[in-house]
Amino acid sequence: MKKTVPSVLRLALAVSAFGFSALSTSTHAQLTIDIVGVGAQQIPVAVAAFAGNDALAQQVSSVIEADLARSGLIKTINAAGLPRSGELAAVQFSELKARGADATVIGAVQSGDGGMMNISFRLIDVPKQTQLTGLNFNVAARDSRATAHRIADIIYEQLTGEKGVFSTRLAYVSKSPGRFQLIVADSDGFNAVPALNSSEPIISPAWSPDGGRLAYVSFEGRKPSVYVQNIGSGARTLLVRAAGNQSAPAWSPDGSRIVYASSQAGGTQLFIVNADGSGSRRLTSSGAIDTAPNWAPDGRIYFMSDRGGSPQIYRTSPEGGNAERVTFEGSENANPRVAADGKSMVFVKREGSRYMLAVQDFASRQVQVLTQGPVDESPSFAPNGKLIVYASVYNGKGILAAVSADGRVKQRLGAMNADVREPAWGPLPK
Amino acid sequence: MNRLWKSTLAVLAATTLVALTGCSSTPDSAKPVEDRTAATTGATTTGTDASTNGVGSTGPAVATVTAGTPAGAGNSALRDPRSPLSRREIFYDYDSFIVKDEYKPLLEAHAAYLKTNRNARIKVEGNTDERGSREYNLALGQKRSESVKRVLTLLGVNDSQIDTVSLGEEKPRNPASNEAAYAENRRCDLVYAGE
Repeated sequence: MKKTVPSVLRLALAVSAFGFSALSTSTHAQLTIDIVGVGAQQIPVAVAAFAGNDALAQQVSSVIEADLARSGLIKTINAAGLPRSGELAAVQFSELKARGADATVIGAVQSGDGGMMNISFRLIDVPKQTQLTGLNFNVAARDSRATAHRIADIIYEQLTGEKGVFSTRLAYVSKSPGRFQLIVADSDGFNAVPALNSSEPIISPAWSPDGGRLAYVSFEGRKPSVYVQNIGSGARTLLVRAAGNQSAPAWSPDGSRIVYASSQAGGTQLFIVNADGSGSRRLTSSGAIDTAPNWAPDGRIYFMSDRGGSPQIYRTSPEGGNAERVTFEGSENANPRVAADGKSMVFVKREGSRYMLAVQDFASRQVQVLTQGPVDESPSFAPNGKLIVYASVYNGKGILAAVSADGRVKQRLGAMNADVREPAWGPLPK
Repeated sequence: MNRLWKSTLAVLAATTLVALTGCSSTPDSAKPVEDRTAATTGATTTGTDASTNGVGSTGPAVATVTAGTPAGAGNSALRDPRSPLSRREIFYDYDSFIVKDEYKPLLEAHAAYLKTNRNARIKVEGNTDERGSREYNLALGQKRSESVKRVLTLLGVNDSQIDTVSLGEEKPRNPASNEAAYAENRRCDLVYAGE
């Protein structure tokens, strides 16, 4: 069979908040990113255009700059006119101080033989005029963007002490008339490739913890069913062959099991199955709606249920037993997602007719509303817990958006020619 | 999928009832075919080799599914616009799965037909408006379809004649985001096997 990549979405990125120019444009649907809010504490960093005599050098430094700007913790300083050199000796410290930069990134890109290239960078402390870190990569030319994301991760971790998530991937669903696509893209929206094309709806994608597989719900069989697809090979299997609907898959932290919602015994209840589809057993027996489970790092399963009269969030052990109610405020709380450190969860909170994201700290039980709605849904934590991607509506179109876990920084991501929705942030690369 | 594969499928679908691991399949372009397994009609899947796209060897491979389209002659009594059997819709209040009294005559007519025609089978498809969690709405649509099934079984229809399925908010009849559209989309549809 021939390779098939139907209508690959070529995505472009534009960071508009501080007047940076768009990095590239293309003819197909573009996922654009607008930063619409900024954090209070941001480290000012100037990313100089990398040395090198082709467009790739410019692209590498631009990708690094855009990644850092999106992080919310770093403010990128105008680097126009700074020397394009990878050498510490060329750095104009007085000029950088005048522009307010606390750190600068310099680098160089050299094309080599056989489609290889050399990418080097240095992160420099401007007040101390010393190098904080520097690395040299020999990579295939086609991996230049991936290398730029790795460099941004290294810089971000050096400056903030937190893991960067620029080398991660996003899965989301794109809907255009008569067509649904499950798409996997880089964290900045580039390299978007459909993993599944269908004439029927696709919802609820969930990454396996190793990033190799996606579980999701497809309506291709004229009812909702859970499929598991290997992202590398494209091979996919129906997870459970059972009566009724199967939906809302979520992986166990070790990737060996999947909890899902099913109507196979009437109503909608939670079931647990081995990731290979064997050994399915019922988890909850409430007689109410139990769905949208999330398997927390501590092993407990969070889910939404209307067993108490209104949809609220509960948690239970994968061995079953009594469920404990977790949310008490508000008429409806849905779709819990627990942060990687296990200390908080993000969920969708309904207030009147508005659906917005909120974070609840488990220790203090404090709830902080992160977004204003009116139609924010399907939140998914970045693996470092610092950003949350979610689905929203902007100018009547389905878009993806991201908010920092403290609510300070917001970004919009949207495709020009399609509604995009159902984002799932992939794990850190192994 | 490539042309050869697609046309092969079309020929198979048009001449026989294709069963691929429990699912039959028809490409979009295929002519309608008699389908005796409507409840399990599904789709084909094709995987391809990984196609790298600038991110080294990590590019995902794509699969394509094309859902089949049901087709069939059906019973003319079911399609007679003067018959109450031609009415197939039950509408709901927001976040409710209670079947309102006004749908009693409609459901009694269908129950009478199903009791007279014990070989007839019906699928109740539950739908919701777009507000709220997609996963919750899938569950709410299921409750709506089961509420209709409960009424029909209380009226004497065999349990085995009724299938329930939920489409949640994913297949709205009216895609607008206003109250009129929401009201139209909070609905169960009655679909007879073979239709």
